[in-house]
Amino acid sequence: MSSYPGYDPKSGFEKWLDARLPIIRLGYDTFIFPTPRNLNYWWTFGAILAVILMSQIITGIILAMHYVPHVDLAFDSIQHIKRDVNFGWMLQPMHAVGASMMFLAVYIHMFRGIYYGSHKSPREVLWIVGVVIYLLMMATGFMGYVLPWGQMSFWGATVITNLFGAFPLVGESLTNWLWGGFAVDDPTLNRFFSLHFVLPFAILGLVMLHVWALHVPGNNNPTGVSVKNVDKDTLPFHPYYTIKDAFAIVVFLMVFVAFVFFIPDALNHPDNYIRANPLVTPPHIVPEWYYLPFYAMLRAVPNKLGGVITMFGAIAVLFVLPWLDTSKVRSMRYRPLAKLFFIIFVLACIGLGWAGAKSPTDLVFATGTDAATGAPVGFSFLWFARILTLYYYAFFVVILPVLGLVEKPKDRPESIQKSVLKSAPEEA
Amino acid sequence: MAETVSTPVENPSRRDFIYIATGAAGAVGVGLYAWPLIDQMNPAADTKALSTIEVDMSGVEVGQQIVVKWQGKPIFVRHRTQKEINEARAVDVSTLRDPQTDEQRLVVNAEGKYEPQFLIMIGICTHLGCVPIGNNSGDYDGWFCPCHGSHYDTAGRIRKGPAPKNLYLPPYQYLTDTLIKIG
Amino acid sequence: MRLSKLTATVIATAALGLIVGTASASEGPELKHVEFSFEGVFGTYDKAAAQRGFQVYQESCTNCHSMKLLSIRNLGEAGGPFYDEEHPNANENPVIKAIAAMFTVTDGPDSEGDMFERPAKPFDRFPSPFANEQAARASNGGALPPDFSVLVSAREHGPQYIYSLLTSYEDDAPEGVELRDGMNYNAAFKGGQIGMPPPLFEDLVEYSDGTKASVEQMAHDVVTFMAWASDPKMEERKRMGWMVMIYLFIFALLMYGSYKAVWRDVEH
Repeated sequence: MSSYPGYDPKSGFEKWLDARLPIIRLGYDTFIFPTPRNLNYWWTFGAILAVILMSQIITGIILAMHYVPHVDLAFDSIQHIKRDVNFGWMLQPMHAVGASMMFLAVYIHMFRGIYYGSHKSPREVLWIVGVVIYLLMMATGFMGYVLPWGQMSFWGATVITNLFGAFPLVGESLTNWLWGGFAVDDPTLNRFFSLHFVLPFAILGLVMLHVWALHVPGNNNPTGVSVKNVDKDTLPFHPYYTIKDAFAIVVFLMVFVAFVFFIPDALNHPDNYIRANPLVTPPHIVPEWYYLPFYAMLRAVPNKLGGVITMFGAIAVLFVLPWLDTSKVRSMRYRPLAKLFFIIFVLACIGLGWAGAKSPTDLVFATGTDAATGAPVGFSFLWFARILTLYYYAFFVVILPVLGLVEKPKDRPESIQKSVLKSAPEEA
Repeated sequence: MAETVSTPVENPSRRDFIYIATGAAGAVGVGLYAWPLIDQMNPAADTKALSTIEVDMSGVEVGQQIVVKWQGKPIFVRHRTQKEINEARAVDVSTLRDPQTDEQRLVVNAEGKYEPQFLIMIGICTHLGCVPIGNNSGDYDGWFCPCHGSHYDTAGRIRKGPAPKNLYLPPYQYLTDTLIKIG
Repeated sequence: MRLSKLTATVIATAALGLIVGTASASEGPELKHVEFSFEGVFGTYDKAAAQRGFQVYQESCTNCHSMKLLSIRNLGEAGGPFYDEEHPNANENPVIKAIAAMFTVTDGPDSEGDMFERPAKPFDRFPSPFANEQAARASNGGALPPDFSVLVSAREHGPQYIYSLLTSYEDDAPEGVELRDGMNYNAAFKGGQIGMPPPLFEDLVEYSDGTKASVEQMAHDVVTFMAWASDPKMEERKRMGWMVMIYLFIFALLMYGSYKAVWRDVEH
């Protein structure tokens, strides 16, 4: 363990503080931490997410200073922020675009985890804490989108809260409880604002647990091979990965900034510039892009309760993923079949997102025209979504469990060190 | 490190330079980013747009006071009686805590003349920010602050009590003899 | 073997394309494609066009359409159509003062408790033509003239859509379209039937700069004005966006240099 001697307080003050509040030791142990030397850029998204979370909290606190959670004033107060508040024209899009950027990063982070087997033993709890964070992000993002009180805010809130009405017996009481009334209205807006403000701090706390759970088994790595020799296989997180993460963060910020300053409304729906009107439904309700795959699953099932269960089940299945994936090999680099199914899985998720943005009756492609009406007929998005939903579930509950038992993996490197050396050096 | 391949040692100052340059660029970036986060708490454009108001004093009767709101603060506009003016001018200025003559409490109109009947002040006690009571209150027929007992005279000057200063005057100018612009 | 860069790029591009694509998924009648000065990452508002557009708005649109979220002072603020460097404070700008004086607003209550009317001041909001939504509908055959404040943002391809709408009126509905009472035929409007009568006709306004007031010209001008009204900070935003992008680009290069320097002696 010669590379990681641990924190050694030098000055008198450091010794004094270390005996009372070992906060410097905490920082030291967090950052001077053995990290596999072969992490690639897919591993930088954890740090990117931490930065976006802080950005969201900071801009969120600022917006809350100017926002008014009232049905008559919420819409105008957003415009007040964008027009009159100093730099409000920049801070409001930073928060709105930031939500999208956070989901973009979290999806990459999750796909990376599945591909390289980061959810497998001994990192199951790390993975589960991550899924809880993702769930809270979904709730926070949803409630945040309601706050501007545009048409999509209102009708998105109406549709999603009505999902809870699907539950037998308690459905109606549950929705009335959520609304604080008999429809989405002022009480709903106020409680959503309160929860939207506080949940990010719960997320922050869970992120700390997530990092803690990471520090016990240590990072996974692209080979999936466990660290065998700390000196040879690892590097201290700081400075090696702090600098690599920092570089990746700056590159990611360029994408973020391009959206904020040049196309701030690209991810927003024009209807959300129309004040919420409980009497008029927009012709086409679509949620934010990051919910679209789940929205497609919801609509793929003809039964209301069935749709709700399918949708929530798609997230619930992630909790048991560590036990569904039976392969002893972590990284799909060495699992050609799993890799193939994984790529199809990613494309299926994107396809579900596409289906979620379309009307179920729209056609993916037309095969001809109806003889009677002349309307085009063909493969509809409804069936497209159904097939992809089936694949989504099959990937978790059939493909991964079975593959682990039948697939013959390729040879793996003996150690992390061996995998990265271009020229095998003499053992010193 | 065991596997380190010996490479020609480069001038270490070149590495230091890139670190310092990166750190400096980062520090500048954080500093520039901090400004919007701070400035957003300053008065917004709509607030600033309301920072001047016009007050028509033609309807204020002799011996009457109106209170208008300017920048969120009460402005006392008092139409003084001749008795009040005389009282204010009879005082020996050198005995005052915050010495000011009555004319120093006024502003000249468009023709350069004083309109001594109109006294315009910010209605906030200079002690701890309460709003004094008017209508010839207190021991000096002017204003009296109920919070800690400051007495102001008919020119709004502090005469007794804990307040350190006379009632402040807002920036204003006469547009006509009875119309003023505050701010 | 790793998840190949190509696969990753394909997935990332597909995902990004989906994100942007879904937001602009379009239905309905085909729009006319006209170019506007404010499009693109370098675009700015054509000030002369926005001034002419304000004239059209004021002389033709204000009878029915409100613009509640804007104040008159906004016209003279940085980025606005009447911004004047000599008067950075729009309230002091004589042009803005003159424009304000053309509007009448309701103020009060006065000392008697009554509301009264007075000429508008730069800090006033643009007055609305109707007291409330019901009054607006009652005066317009049940249709509600939409508020102009963020209308361009509230429509897909807003500038093109509104331009098309203003220039696609036809005197006679095509065969097979039965116009309901009080409706007008407009090819750009979904369903073809619109409550708003044609708002623009040749030489409706007289431009002081001598520009010929054709329907297309006025439509183009008023759309420029409305685009500014919807997004008055666009120029400032883009300008700062470039500065931030250049800064981040340089910072990324430095960061990459530092990264390479730190990892120089390590195989990975």
